[in-house]
Amino acid sequence: MVELALPKNSQISEGKTWPKPAGAGNLREYKVYRWSPDDDANPRIDTYYVDVDDCGPMVLDALLWIKNKIDPTLTLRRSCREGICGSCAMNIDGTNTLACTKGADDINGAVKIYPLPHLPVVKDLVPDLTTFYAQHRSIEPWLKTVSPTPAKEWKQSKDDRAKLDGLYECILCACCSTSCPSYWWNGDRYLGPAVLLQAYRWLIDSRDEATGERLDNLEDPFRLYRCHTIMNCAQTCPKGLNPAKAIAEIKKMMVERRV
Amino acid sequence: MSLRTPLGRVRGLGSAREGTEHFWRQRLTAVANVPLIVFFVVFLVAHAGAPYAEVTASLSNPIVAVLMGMVLVSALIHMRIGMQVIIEDYIHGEGAKVALLMLNTFFTVLVGALSIFAVLKLGFGG
Repeated sequence: MVELALPKNSQISEGKTWPKPAGAGNLREYKVYRWSPDDDANPRIDTYYVDVDDCGPMVLDALLWIKNKIDPTLTLRRSCREGICGSCAMNIDGTNTLACTKGADDINGAVKIYPLPHLPVVKDLVPDLTTFYAQHRSIEPWLKTVSPTPAKEWKQSKDDRAKLDGLYECILCACCSTSCPSYWWNGDRYLGPAVLLQAYRWLIDSRDEATGERLDNLEDPFRLYRCHTIMNCAQTCPKGLNPAKAIAEIKKMMVERRV
Repeated sequence: MSLRTPLGRVRGLGSAREGTEHFWRQRLTAVANVPLIVFFVVFLVAHAGAPYAEVTASLSNPIVAVLMGMVLVSALIHMRIGMQVIIEDYIHGEGAKVALLMLNTFFTVLVGALSIFAVLKLGFGG
């Protein structure tokens, strides 16, 4: 059966409340998920107070402020700090999003931060994305052609190029896939919204010559058809994309090639 | 702990090359159910509390009897494939899953056989 309750070793306990920074007037409370593989302790929620006047506006700024000034053991992924690398995807205030583009002012009360849901945790806010990346690889996200390679480039009309808008912007942050209950319950077999959006990006590319083969590989009750249009993916996408629509388009292609 | 590569695990047994028929049938029966269920509800409301003889008389009308048969076929197919999806979503033990998928079909066939027998019996005069 689906596990609705957390297993015993994943149940979260109250953690440490770190002292408020001295001399700060304007404080913001952060409650952050902590778990380390180095001891046998259960995960805990640590409370930090961030000096808002000394810190940038985004949640990522606050996390790095905590890491630099309060607790260097806090572990998270980050790189570009401008919403293009997808490294700092995490669950902030109940929604999967990028810490670098989420303004702390958009949140009421204490800022609660957890790793992306329903993935194995490596440490603190770092989830294990191995399966997610393998799923991306399984859809062969590269141009596949049989025709002789042109001397200069594979040409594409402006209209055909426009079909990739709303797809190519995906940064594979995994916010959508880890917000999807179908992916939670069947993430080992269901490819999930991010990977299916990427699959559609290649299905709809006018230069690609393997459309049928790609559809064959997706036509599966679990790989594709676990999508039940719950729409969490579209709601949570920090880039404003709509993976649910891409999946619906794949389903339409499946029907189109047989009727 | 498996030493299989992540890609090997994801590729698994490969694509089943099916699912579209299931998807299409679910939509087809959903569309068919719209008028059929309206008919069914109207029939129920019209005959609420009616005596046995009156219901039998209505069902002996060939149009009513055929529509009632179609309600059963369409709704039961829709019910079975809907329940199949729920079982596949939530039941992860292979044994329990296969057993429940079989029971799901048996239950649907049993309900369908009984209901259609009842409609025929009433349609042909009770």
